[in-house]
Amino acid sequence: MKQIAVDPELSVSVLRTMWKIRRFEEAVEDLYGRGLMHGTMHLSIGQEAVPTAACLALNIDDYITSTHRGHGHCIAKGADMERMMAELLAKETGYCRGRGGSMHIADTATGNLGANGIVAGGIPIAAGAALSAKMRGTKQVAVSFHGDGAMGEGAWHEGVVLAAMWQLPVVFLCENNMYGMSMPADKAFNLEKLSDRAKGYGIPGVTVDGNDIQAVYEATQEAVDRARAGGGPTFIEAKTYRWRGHSKSDKNLYRTREEIEEWRLRDPIPKFEDVVLAAGTLTEDDLEAIRNNVRTELRTAVQRANAAPDATADDLLSAVYAR
Amino acid sequence: MTLTQSTFAAVETTVMTYAEAIREALALAMAADPAVFLMGEDVGTYGGAFGVTGDLMHTVGTDRVRDTTISELGIVGLGVGAAMTGMRPIVEIQFSDFTAQAMDQIANQAAKIHFMLGGAVNVPMVIRAPGGSGTGAAAQHSQSLEAWFVHVPGLKVVMPATADDAKGLLLAAIDDPNPVMFLEHKLLYKTTGNVSVGSARIPLGVAAVRREGTDLTIIATGVEVSRSMEAAEELAKIGISAMVVDPRTLKPLDTDTILRTVKATGRVLLVQEAVRTLGFMSEISAIIAESDAFTHLRAPIKRLAGLDVPIPYAPKLERAAVPQVEDIVRAATDLVREW
Repeated sequence: MKQIAVDPELSVSVLRTMWKIRRFEEAVEDLYGRGLMHGTMHLSIGQEAVPTAACLALNIDDYITSTHRGHGHCIAKGADMERMMAELLAKETGYCRGRGGSMHIADTATGNLGANGIVAGGIPIAAGAALSAKMRGTKQVAVSFHGDGAMGEGAWHEGVVLAAMWQLPVVFLCENNMYGMSMPADKAFNLEKLSDRAKGYGIPGVTVDGNDIQAVYEATQEAVDRARAGGGPTFIEAKTYRWRGHSKSDKNLYRTREEIEEWRLRDPIPKFEDVVLAAGTLTEDDLEAIRNNVRTELRTAVQRANAAPDATADDLLSAVYAR
Repeated sequence: MTLTQSTFAAVETTVMTYAEAIREALALAMAADPAVFLMGEDVGTYGGAFGVTGDLMHTVGTDRVRDTTISELGIVGLGVGAAMTGMRPIVEIQFSDFTAQAMDQIANQAAKIHFMLGGAVNVPMVIRAPGGSGTGAAAQHSQSLEAWFVHVPGLKVVMPATADDAKGLLLAAIDDPNPVMFLEHKLLYKTTGNVSVGSARIPLGVAAVRREGTDLTIIATGVEVSRSMEAAEELAKIGISAMVVDPRTLKPLDTDTILRTVKATGRVLLVQEAVRTLGFMSEISAIIAESDAFTHLRAPIKRLAGLDVPIPYAPKLERAAVPQVEDIVRAATDLVREW
């Protein structure tokens, strides 16, 4: 098992990815706040460690399915921030040519089968991608990122049942960010740990600190290795926290300011920076360089995306069906 | 042209049932392409609730004929994921009524993914589902839900009415790069017809003129096609010449053939088994009314449809709920005699 914080290359990669997600979403928030971006979006600020660490365990051709809160998954799997930003800015050069927006970004080149506007919609789809990989005889694995809220959906149950029956190479990775919109996960599910549910489906389940890069990576790597070796699905609960509201309409009526503040102190990014500094893997200058590089890349991505042509309505009707 | 042969039929035909024709299409498609596979409830060992898949699991193998748990949403969802990643799944939903259980994956996922993702991904899958009344299975096992699916952009909708069409259209549906709802009819499974030998496809979006006629055009779907053909025989005995048109695929729809055949007779009777309100025939009615065929009409457009009720259990009630041969004869006679 890789020890990420002692490997300079991996440490840089992890920090770059987490900063990219953070800065991308801050830029989105800013553009929206200034009226330069329309629609809605769901920010995963505070949760960056989960997709970043999980995708370290995946190959480029492994599959993921994502959620409405999916920017982090896209970036961690390798999506291009400029095309993502262009999509959110309703541009023709966006991943979905302006037809999907924040909730529907997919990047097949990196195995990303798409964010999803329907809670738990990606669960059976990930299982299906895993079935496909198994039938085609590849060694690909699928990871289905989902939130705690998804565990109340029938699609979660049915997807996991079929994956367990056929022992499909799929990892169900629950980012428990403590709330399904306003419903607290510990109130919604009569379970000490969400991973206790795995036993009922006959699959291994584990709960880890979702703000701990090494913990999320190890749990995912173990699950991915098992899946690749034909050992079937695994459920992982990664406990983390959503700093921002569910979406733009959220007034945070269901939680306290103190709770949010407390979780901000557990910010996964400085937490990992501290670990690599303590290990002597990277210096403060290295960390600063990473932050600056990401800031520049993001600024360029926003500028380029903004300069791109608006999405065109000319061929809407002919775009509904594949030919 | 015979009643059961399509315009595109190969010369050589053989007699088989509608269910056998579907099974043969499945077997041919799986033999031709390793990406094609079938999954659904009881499609393997049991051979399908209506015996459609029969011994396919034994001839093709359990890898590509997969018995699933009773999980319609999951089955369709796995199909979507498999279709997005290089497979061509055929999913069987045991009764079309159960598509209600799977609707998110059908309507929000399968139908929208190609468009919503900017064309980056296709979802080449077929969802086979038998519909229709006449088996005494009552309200939750007898509906005709085609209008639901036609109302969702991104889905194609096929309703084969003959054994030959069942085979040829299913082969075309499996080839199609889009999600196709293939709506079979339970009463048709045991009906027989001349079926083309070989793997000839019947293209989606081409209607069949089942019978030529001059006094009125009957446009019918599903089980109402054969009822309309029977009615046309009756009508001929009393001197009324009815043309019978079967759209075969509701989406894409062969509007040209519909309008041409309506113009030819100037009277149109639209027959569906599904409930009347906002049924597919309402759409065909609107298409005719909005077109230049309107000026050829000698009579108002007439719809004959199921009552706006859940399908009842008692045989007499069930029969009363959907158009029967005598209803078609009566409506057609009225249309011709009164106008």
